[in-house]
Amino acid sequence: MPSALVFFNELSDVPSKAQRELLTLASRFDQSTLAVASEVSQDAQNVVANYGLSKLFVAPSQGDVFVDHALSVLEASVKQSAADVVLVANDNFNREVAARIAVRLDGAVITDAIDVATDLVVTKDELAGSYSAQAQSTGGTLFVSVKPNSIDDEPQSSGQQLEVQTLEIQSATAAQVRVVATEAKAVSDRPKLTEARVVVAGGRGVNGDFGPVEDLADALAGAVGASRAATDAGWITHDAQIGQTGVTVSPQLFISAGISGAIQQKAGMQTSKCIVAINKDVDAPVFEIADFGIVGDLSKVLPQAAEEIRRRQA
Amino acid sequence: MTEETTAPLKILVLVKHVPDVQFDRHIDSDTLRLDRSESVLSELDEYAVEAAVALVESQGGFAAGHEVIAATMGGKSASNSVKKALQMGASSGIHLNDDALAGSDTVATSKALAALIEHVGAVDLVVTGMSSTDAETSVVPAQLAERLNFAQLTHALAIEFDGASRELTIRRDHAERTLSMAATLPAVLSVTDQANEPRYPNFKAIMAAKKKSITEVSLADISLSAAEVGTAGSRTSVLNATARPAREAGTVINDSGQAGIALVDFLAEQKLI
Repeated sequence: MPSALVFFNELSDVPSKAQRELLTLASRFDQSTLAVASEVSQDAQNVVANYGLSKLFVAPSQGDVFVDHALSVLEASVKQSAADVVLVANDNFNREVAARIAVRLDGAVITDAIDVATDLVVTKDELAGSYSAQAQSTGGTLFVSVKPNSIDDEPQSSGQQLEVQTLEIQSATAAQVRVVATEAKAVSDRPKLTEARVVVAGGRGVNGDFGPVEDLADALAGAVGASRAATDAGWITHDAQIGQTGVTVSPQLFISAGISGAIQQKAGMQTSKCIVAINKDVDAPVFEIADFGIVGDLSKVLPQAAEEIRRRQA
Repeated sequence: MTEETTAPLKILVLVKHVPDVQFDRHIDSDTLRLDRSESVLSELDEYAVEAAVALVESQGGFAAGHEVIAATMGGKSASNSVKKALQMGASSGIHLNDDALAGSDTVATSKALAALIEHVGAVDLVVTGMSSTDAETSVVPAQLAERLNFAQLTHALAIEFDGASRELTIRRDHAERTLSMAATLPAVLSVTDQANEPRYPNFKAIMAAKKKSITEVSLADISLSAAEVGTAGSRTSVLNATARPAREAGTVINDSGQAGIALVDFLAEQKLI
């Protein structure tokens, strides 16, 4: 049985859904190790132990460094653990760190994975989810970035003793990239767009008012997304953009409101389990892929649906 | 951006010839490779070309001796994407054209491109798009930074360059933060679609591009063997690729005042609420 190493750049007291999915995936392998490039609290360690991982490498960063510390930590962790497969999140930062260390250690890298079997065959999406492919390493350590919402989060009932080891990271050279300023983004109580079970997204048809979209999202405890037309118009921040140049989502339920469903937009949501579309235009391409479609005015349909959900849940 | 600069900049912008995303794209079931017959310049690379040309324009323009070299790798038709970059203002082109490159994964691609960049020599800045629109891995810029030992400034939302100190500063989203990050050249810069608005070449620019040269080089010219790239030089192998069944349209209703209720009924039926 191959061994796995999971790498997180940061780990808060409550691991994110995507992080818990990676820990679940790692628990399929023998003697799995977690490496974290920052401090790990006792609460976080307790959660990690519930996934049957046996070892934790921690390496708190010194000062405000961007990629260099993460690179050093991942390189050292791969060497020390001698893992066969390295699992990371599918966001830009973690993909880049994994891909660089794959080059440095002559390993293999596969992005956009939706599953990693214990024989190290990786299943992944291709062409924005219109194809499914399987791939493997030709020999070296395999670095895989795994899409959120691909693995069911399943902690094991009994926690295991977690051996914690602090890695000594030598920073031989000065960091090439300096962080000169950091701005925190507005914090939202809604789930993270890429991890949410339900996403409600608005487009040109919301006509500047995301109120009804946000209200339905809240009734469903979902996240809010948007088409590029809506983010370009400045109605909502760019972070909400779903599509080829934004984020890709794969929730249980995707509700598309006032979005025509052009090919670049479809690329970001077509692997959703269930798609509902609301659009004034009966010819909108989104209806071709929707499991349930409503030709109508979103400013009437969305509030009515939100109210009905709250009424039934009351 | 400041006006003064010390030495001319040599910028290399990487462009990729990819299947047009406006059409259905296919993976060949025998070769497991992408059908590249209807290809164009990857839309996201237009932001890279724009960033490179705008950077030169902010530093005294091409008259000050700066260069923007549009570079690509791939089969014969890939030079069409270099031509488009020349129309957008790049000063010259280079095309690594070798049949052995087909099937390269990111490790093999970054190896070939790093060798091409070293062959060009004395490059100060490599500029790329945020991702190709075909494989969409978006990791090759970081791998180039690794191989060339250049600073990695990737996924830029905004770009600033100080000519006197040769320092490049970008803004980038990271976790729940937006960071400003700076590095002195040489660097690899990848540019998001938020960074600029790519120019549309006018007639004059299209005519001027016809006079610009595209140098063609082979693997031998950049001191690589066929075994180091393509399928042979890749660290991954693709076992199979299957088209997912197309999604089918479900029920579509017209709202006659109760569609919001019908929507909730549907969600309840599907056990989604």
